[in-house]
Amino acid sequence: MAYLPVALKVEEIRQDSPNLKTYVFKRNLRAKPGQFVMVWVPGVDEVPMSIGWQDEEEVHIGIADAGDCTHLLHEKIKVGDKLGIRGPYGSVFNLPEGAKKIVVIGGGYGTPPMLSLAQDATAKGIEVIAIIGARSKDYIIYEDWFKKLGCEVKLSTDDGSAGHKGYSTEVLEKVLEEEKIDGIYTCGPELMMVNVAKQGVAKDIYTEVSLERYMKCGFGACGQCCMDNTGIRICKEGPVLEAKYALEHPEFGKYTRGPEGIIEEM
Amino acid sequence: MNVSVDFCGLKFPNPTVVASGYLGVTGASLARCVEHGSGGVTSKTLFLEPRKGHPNPTVLTFQGGVINAVGLSGEGVKNAKHEFEVYADRCPDNPMIASIGGATIEELIECAEIMNEYPIDMLELNFSCPNVHDEMGRPFACDPQMTADATAAIRKVTKKPISVKLSPNVANIGVIAKQAEANGADALTVVNTMGPGMLIDIDMRRPILSNKVGGVSGHALKPIALRCVYECYQNVKIPIIATGGIIQAKDAIEMLMAGGSLLGIGSALIYYDMAAFDKITDGIRDFMKKEGINDIEELVGMAHGDMIDHSKLDQNPD
Ligand SMILES: Cc1cc2nc3c(=O)[nH]c(=O)nc-3n(C[C@H](O)[C@H](O)[C@H](O)COP(=O)(O)OP(=O)(O)OC[C@H]3O[C@@H](n4cnc5c(N)ncnc54)[C@H](O)[C@@H]3O)c2cc1C
Ligand SMILES: Cc1cc2nc3c(=O)[nH]c(=O)nc-3n(C[C@H](O)[C@H](O)[C@H](O)COP(=O)(O)O)c2cc1C
Ligand code: FES
Repeated sequence: MAYLPVALKVEEIRQDSPNLKTYVFKRNLRAKPGQFVMVWVPGVDEVPMSIGWQDEEEVHIGIADAGDCTHLLHEKIKVGDKLGIRGPYGSVFNLPEGAKKIVVIGGGYGTPPMLSLAQDATAKGIEVIAIIGARSKDYIIYEDWFKKLGCEVKLSTDDGSAGHKGYSTEVLEKVLEEEKIDGIYTCGPELMMVNVAKQGVAKDIYTEVSLERYMKCGFGACGQCCMDNTGIRICKEGPVLEAKYALEHPEFGKYTRGPEGIIEEM
Repeated sequence: MNVSVDFCGLKFPNPTVVASGYLGVTGASLARCVEHGSGGVTSKTLFLEPRKGHPNPTVLTFQGGVINAVGLSGEGVKNAKHEFEVYADRCPDNPMIASIGGATIEELIECAEIMNEYPIDMLELNFSCPNVHDEMGRPFACDPQMTADATAAIRKVTKKPISVKLSPNVANIGVIAKQAEANGADALTVVNTMGPGMLIDIDMRRPILSNKVGGVSGHALKPIALRCVYECYQNVKIPIIATGGIIQAKDAIEMLMAGGSLLGIGSALIYYDMAAFDKITDGIRDFMKKEGINDIEELVGMAHGDMIDHSKLDQNPD
């Protein structure tokens, strides 16, 4: 279903990394892990953002300074200001029946939905290993939040300033060698997700990825966010896709379309 | 019972056609609509060159329907061949109506000429988008002479069937329809969005659409679209793609009775998603069965006339 934006007051802003701020709103959106909202900055733009931490009273949205709108948002929006929130939209993460232990792998601003999933999984008594990847120590987000939930946290940085030096997918390889894992979930740079998807499929472990495509309506009408060759909509059938299915799409890890619909190689 | 439609020499397995601008950015997306029951499709309006469109918010729903100011974004006719090829390859039995637009007649001509080389079945001339007024001035379809000139110019450069898409925002849609017919249109698409309209967020104290105003469609448009189809049917002989607020089978049947031969399906997708096509086609079939109607063509224009022949109503009541 579709909704109009609701103007919500920003209650708190946390600078969680040099380029990511978390905006806290007092509202229970009743979103499921993996879903997203459209965040409207009047006079500027409206952009899709994943739901991060949520509880009865609050919802947290982690926003990276990634371009025109998000940069302005970081600069101009203060505590007490309002943002328009439209949603939640999209598909959700699924935990396999009887799962005992899962891995979540978040890269950069892909980490917020992993935190939301970790909340859900731990509440169901499922053990969670959280692999958080970033370029360096300062860019790691939500480590304490995952720990608070009782997750086993493994860090990975490009420069080795925290945890494993190299790719978070290498940390995953090691985990999969050592432990029995019932589900793998990832959100982050698409090439990382392709790697994770392939590992999961190769090991026959249930795996889901969360994709990003350019969005306009957010509720499945405009066709801006469709994937080749199935034609599915990332705002409706996605953003969460089963890895095996995602890998059937020739554009996964290869290309995406911009606001005009023009193909842009990754 | 027949629900297939012969339209300008093209065969549509059922009367539903995806309306331009809905799920029409990629060929794969339109092919998926066919896989879910649409009889044919209309691609999103393309101009010659790529267009970014307006910033978000661009598409919103409200109690009475849908409002949009996408701003005619698209990759441009020049660059879109691959999307039409993908579609034609996957859906050879479901006609592709390619929608083109242009700020000038010259641009439209160039679009039509390029489209001659693409695997498409019909051209739809979008003379009627209300969302790019600042940029392009009054749409062609708001003026009988401009409609006539633009239609005639494109008629000269293409052999493909042409449907002219009309605007409801006129006092004389019948006159405009006649101009399109007289200048070579093979069909009409009736109608585009109405307005423009506006939504304001009272907490933000601002219009919600970034473009401030946008075309209104869905429920709110239905009675107006219905009247437009009825009026065009009275004024022309060429067939009509009835579009605007067709959400349930009942709306679709009303549109057929008003004079539509094909049905543009848009906002129904927001309420019923991909099930919309089958729901509408099945509902039409159920009605035909109940009323003892064997061919959908009998429904077209049925609402025109004076006294009713009561002996023909409700032949197979359930
Ligand atoms: C389902 C989904 C969930 C997301 N979750 C988060 C999140 O939790 N945190 C976060 O920081 N970012 C998230 N993003 C990415 C975020 O939407 C972009 O970073 C943001 O739109 C950038 O806007 P901008 O105007 O600042 O950038 P621009 O200067 O416009 O462009 C920078 C990049 O952002 C992309 N972008 C711009 N507008 C859109 C749009 N309407 N839809 C999709 N991409 C767009 C552009 O394609 C480009 O790659 C998510 C994206 C999607 C699709
Ligand atoms: C998001 C959106 C985009 C649209 N884009 C186009 C377009 O590119 N070209 C066009 O001719 N009509 C466009 N339209 C108008 C529709 O094709 C249709 O005429 C109108 O919406 C009425 O149908 P509906 O009530 O079922 O929505 C668009 C409508 C919407 C809602
Ligand atoms: S953003 Fe409009 S269909 Fe996905």
